[in-house]
Amino acid sequence: MNSQAGMETPLTQYIKGNGASLGLKEYEAIGGYTALKKVLQSMTPAELQQLVMDSKLKGRGGAGFSTGTKWSLVPMGPEAPKRKYLIANADEMEPGTFKDRLLLEGNPHQLIEGMILAAYAIQADISYIFLRWAYRSAAVLLKKCLEEAYAAGYLGQHIAGSDYKLELYLHTGVGRYICGEETALLNALEGKRATPRAKPPFPQISGLFGKPTIVNNVETLSCIPHIVNNGATWFRNLSSSEDSGTKIYGVSGKVRNPGAWELPMGTTIRELLEEHAGGMLPGYQLKGILPGGASTDFLTGDHLDIKMDFAAVAAAGSRLGTGTMIVMDDKTCPVGMVHNLQHFFAQESCGWCTPCREGIPWVEKILWSIEQGAGRKEDLELLDMHTKFLGPGNTFCALAPGAMEPLQSALKYFRPEFEKHIEQKKCPYANHTH
Amino acid sequence: MPTIRIDDKDYEVRDGKNLLESCLALGFDLPYFCWHPAMGSVGACRQCAVKVFKDEQDTRGRLVMSCMEPVKEGLRLSIVDPAAKAFREQVIEWLMTNHPHDCPVCDEGGSCHLQDMTVMTGHDYRRYQYRKRTYQNQYLGPFIHHEMNRCIQCYRCVRFYRDIAGGEDLNVYAAHDHIYFGREKEGVLQSPFSGNLAEICPTGVFTDKTLKAHYTRKWDLTNAGSVCPHCSLGCNIFAGERYGEIRCITNRFNSEVNGYFLCDKGRFGYEFVNSENRIRQPLIRGRLVDAVSEDQLLEYLRHLTGNGNIIGIGSPRASVETNFSLMQLVGIDNFYQGVNEDTAFLQKRVTDILESGTLRSNSLRDIESSDAILVLGEDIWNTAPIMALTVRQSVMKTAFSQTVQQISLPSWNDIAVRELTQEARGYLANAGTSGSPLDKLATHHVQAAPDDIARMGYAIAAHLDPSLPPLSKQENELTARTGEIALALSLARKPAIISGISACNEAILKAAYNIAWALKRMGKEVGISYVLPECNSMGLALTKAPSFEKALGRLERNTGTTVIVAEQDIYRCLPEEQAEMFFSKCGKIVVLDVLHNRTTERAHVLIPSASFAEGDGSFVNNEGRIQRFYKVYAPENNNVIEGWKWLERIGGGNERIDQLHTMIEKGLSQFAGISTEAPAAGFRIHGEAVPREPHRYSGRTAMWAHLQVSEPKPHQDNNAPLSFTMEGYKGIPPAAIIPFYWAPGWNSVQALNKYQEIPGGKLTGGNPGVRVLNESAEPRGDFFTDMPEAFSARRGRWLLLPAYHLLGSGEMSMESRGIAELSPEPYLALSMQDAVAMNATTGSTMVVQIMGKAYSLPLKIAETLTDGLAVVPAGLPAMPVLPFGSWVEIVKK
Repeated sequence: MNSQAGMETPLTQYIKGNGASLGLKEYEAIGGYTALKKVLQSMTPAELQQLVMDSKLKGRGGAGFSTGTKWSLVPMGPEAPKRKYLIANADEMEPGTFKDRLLLEGNPHQLIEGMILAAYAIQADISYIFLRWAYRSAAVLLKKCLEEAYAAGYLGQHIAGSDYKLELYLHTGVGRYICGEETALLNALEGKRATPRAKPPFPQISGLFGKPTIVNNVETLSCIPHIVNNGATWFRNLSSSEDSGTKIYGVSGKVRNPGAWELPMGTTIRELLEEHAGGMLPGYQLKGILPGGASTDFLTGDHLDIKMDFAAVAAAGSRLGTGTMIVMDDKTCPVGMVHNLQHFFAQESCGWCTPCREGIPWVEKILWSIEQGAGRKEDLELLDMHTKFLGPGNTFCALAPGAMEPLQSALKYFRPEFEKHIEQKKCPYANHTH
Repeated sequence: MPTIRIDDKDYEVRDGKNLLESCLALGFDLPYFCWHPAMGSVGACRQCAVKVFKDEQDTRGRLVMSCMEPVKEGLRLSIVDPAAKAFREQVIEWLMTNHPHDCPVCDEGGSCHLQDMTVMTGHDYRRYQYRKRTYQNQYLGPFIHHEMNRCIQCYRCVRFYRDIAGGEDLNVYAAHDHIYFGREKEGVLQSPFSGNLAEICPTGVFTDKTLKAHYTRKWDLTNAGSVCPHCSLGCNIFAGERYGEIRCITNRFNSEVNGYFLCDKGRFGYEFVNSENRIRQPLIRGRLVDAVSEDQLLEYLRHLTGNGNIIGIGSPRASVETNFSLMQLVGIDNFYQGVNEDTAFLQKRVTDILESGTLRSNSLRDIESSDAILVLGEDIWNTAPIMALTVRQSVMKTAFSQTVQQISLPSWNDIAVRELTQEARGYLANAGTSGSPLDKLATHHVQAAPDDIARMGYAIAAHLDPSLPPLSKQENELTARTGEIALALSLARKPAIISGISACNEAILKAAYNIAWALKRMGKEVGISYVLPECNSMGLALTKAPSFEKALGRLERNTGTTVIVAEQDIYRCLPEEQAEMFFSKCGKIVVLDVLHNRTTERAHVLIPSASFAEGDGSFVNNEGRIQRFYKVYAPENNNVIEGWKWLERIGGGNERIDQLHTMIEKGLSQFAGISTEAPAAGFRIHGEAVPREPHRYSGRTAMWAHLQVSEPKPHQDNNAPLSFTMEGYKGIPPAAIIPFYWAPGWNSVQALNKYQEIPGGKLTGGNPGVRVLNESAEPRGDFFTDMPEAFSARRGRWLLLPAYHLLGSGEMSMESRGIAELSPEPYLALSMQDAVAMNATTGSTMVVQIMGKAYSLPLKIAETLTDGLAVVPAGLPAMPVLPFGSWVEIVKK
């Protein structure tokens, strides 16, 4: 969790190793809320939007869309709707992903400051943190920090002495993966079923309660104060690749030192695995990597020198996603692992569109059947069919296409293993786990 | 009109539509589930996938859901593209992973959209090998059967029930592949529009429970287009028969009247046709054997009617033809309306206003396209349910049309439109004596005494037109609101005013007129609607005949007058004593009717009338639209024939409806156009009549085998271009004579698409029905100025008013078991304050004293009722007929 000497780690450098979080006093002592004061005193919303555009910050929630561009689609000026919303997507529920938790528990004021800045940039007057239900200690912390921020005049009327006002509320979800999808999140926040919405219209035009709304990821928002304090060029230069800034990467699986680290955007998989995660545990070999969470395609040992940025991982046939990788070792059955993931996705389907609601449970059942030794040759064709027909555009949102990514890549890289299950009518892994 | 390219051919399509509706309008067979013309697109089922291509160079294209893709000039798409076809087939296979293959025992089988779409996509082999998910079903009341295992999660049911009908007790529960559509707890569905679930559901989850009780496949029904006989709106229906019983009622689309939906009274109120209580045999009472042959009957009647001392009493539930034939038989001066004096008076006010041509008499479609609505003194939720549903859609659509302009959103993008619209609503003001479920939607809603509602109306008109005298002072809260209501109406482009006679108050009718006329003078595209009680109230009122109460004098003078009553129960028109008094003055009483009732008990001569299901005829709806209904089946019992046919037989007239129509037009110019309401009986297409039976009709020989083993000659129909067989013209006939919807590959009700110019648009060749009340080109009118005094409560006396109950107040519909089950028990409602003052609580026995007679009723406290008003349910069989609109004494027992 600690930053590396000599490297800038603006998001995490002040996060204490002992699990304690920064209170308001401590946050202010390290320069917290100076960015907010600076912006309110000397920058127009348009200038702040331009700054973030220039920083080339891309959303850290998985899709990697330009934050500045997203903001620029919000109607501004006197003709714009009076009410607008800024929402922090803290519904971190992607399997294998725990990077936002680090920020939420370690430095909540950094997120709050980022949110106020983002809200100012789009001239929102109401803001919500949509927090995953299971992040209970983060909820307690955020509540306390919000009270501190209100008391200090950073929230409410006349923020930091300016004319800008913002109300910020904490909303805890009830534990649905689909709420991480921004439009499903909006429906959930409205008290409706957490079903995604069709786009267009985009939330920037018709979002929460039909009003212009921006939903940004926790990590994305946490970058904003630093961009304000240090400038767009500084932020771009933090990275060793096309994509600017630092990224909180994570590694889980049978490695010596699983964890999360803030590193320059574009750090290679090899560096992550070998230097930061300390390599594989003795007796385990690397077999596959889901580079950005459960809904990304497998990469293999052949891809270790790929840079972990949006373009490079995409070029290798996967996605950076949340940047938190799951490592699959040679003692783990790929069929069992993919079955486990499909079980999750099937359960988390909202049930709105047919392919996702009916397709993923079918996939899950096929995989279970193969894993149990009851697989048939035709089953692989059925799995292939699903990876094709549950692709982007065919389903209502990105959940099912995401679910198909580990499956299609497992079928690509580990097909013989699937076939072996079918031929031997059993799982060849002696001590496999599900 | 943009041009789009579908599978390498150019087509002109309408702007603003999506690709799915455009393809369907062009006649392409493109499968779908979640889309509905009345509910728009939500993109959930993914069944309507097509390929679109960027340009000519693009050969890969991408799959899109055609329901979510707007039409664009030059857009290129493919329906037959292999990837698109494969995907559509796959969607069905997915749906089939959990759908039970129980078509043979499913009520939807044979008229199932899911079956049709399955065949259309070509899916025929299930590769899914695992267990299907199963659910517990719920008891949902007497109308709707629930079978959740069949659900394909298209979400149409909840979208209809909640978004369209405003119901709250049906919802979607759970998630992923265990989505559940039902109620929180099992129980009777609360919406009076619940029956539409049976048509909205594309498969057999929600089916008609009354049909289940005597189930018949759609293909085995004999059908005809008909008109609902249960209220004055004249919703178009199909009735289906098998073995001499009406088995079900389904919606017959008419974009100017009922659109896609029916109320539960209309859909389930048909059981009276099959009732044990039907009159089946002519009787002459007092003979050794009452039952007589037709010849004996006619001889007796000709003798009875020969001396000229005769009057006829027509009926608001008898057809135009029956009332006319009676008028012919007895002579125009001897014809009376079968409604009491008060009703006749109020209906005359309505016809006087509408016949003056000053105002447009609104169709339901006019109301739907209005942008501000005032309902003045009529409880339309109960007296004209589909009008209430229409008002609901209008209020929503007005708001939608405003919001979609903000971000140029296509109006069919349903969820996005609703999201953007949030709580915004078009303008609705609802003023009534009791609260209404419409109040939830209303910007202003008011509960007041009828006179105060009328005063409010006069005041609104005075705000709108400076030539009217303003109110002298603003006595109460009601008149204070009139300025806001007037302002809202004056800001509208197309305001609609709705009123009716159920509050028993003439001033309300006048006030509604004043408002509409004031708006008209402001240049508004205004229209007015008056709701009347029965299916042909307007048709009867247009005869201008006096109320039968007016005949009392002559009955007294001319003793022994023969009285012919055509299809009306006098005991439902008058309080008991008055009815008895009336009958005591009559000579021989001849009654034609459908069901036995207290009036038929008084008949010396009783004649069985055909119901709407066994007869041909026409009703005039509240709008002034003459609509034809067709004999669905020829009953085995030759005695059951139309009232008009009996009357023509007695008078030696002809029995051809077309000739009767010519005579009606000659005799009563107000019905001019009746001869053009539908094609004449001799109409043929390529020499063929239109068959009432689908071409898959089964058992037509076997079902008569107990009588004869050879197939009997089909009944001949001299009054319609329809045949009682399977043979005949199979294409799409003129709209008025469509007997059922069917097209190749489309066996469910969704075949309707093929009968419309565009999905949701009017029927090809025009909607049926002829309007006889039309606005004149240069309307001239005057205002009414006789505003009533403000209502004031009286000591010890209450103004007695009726409460109409959608399920309960209908004479015929109460023969349906489900409707009777859900109808209320008799009660007397008073305001809280009045109840407290009498030291009475809910359930206390209250005694209503009328003309020396006491009626005991349990008390119901109505929170929003005005002090000084007493409300009792109207029309319940268990309720005595009380003099509504008069002051009565009430004491606590």
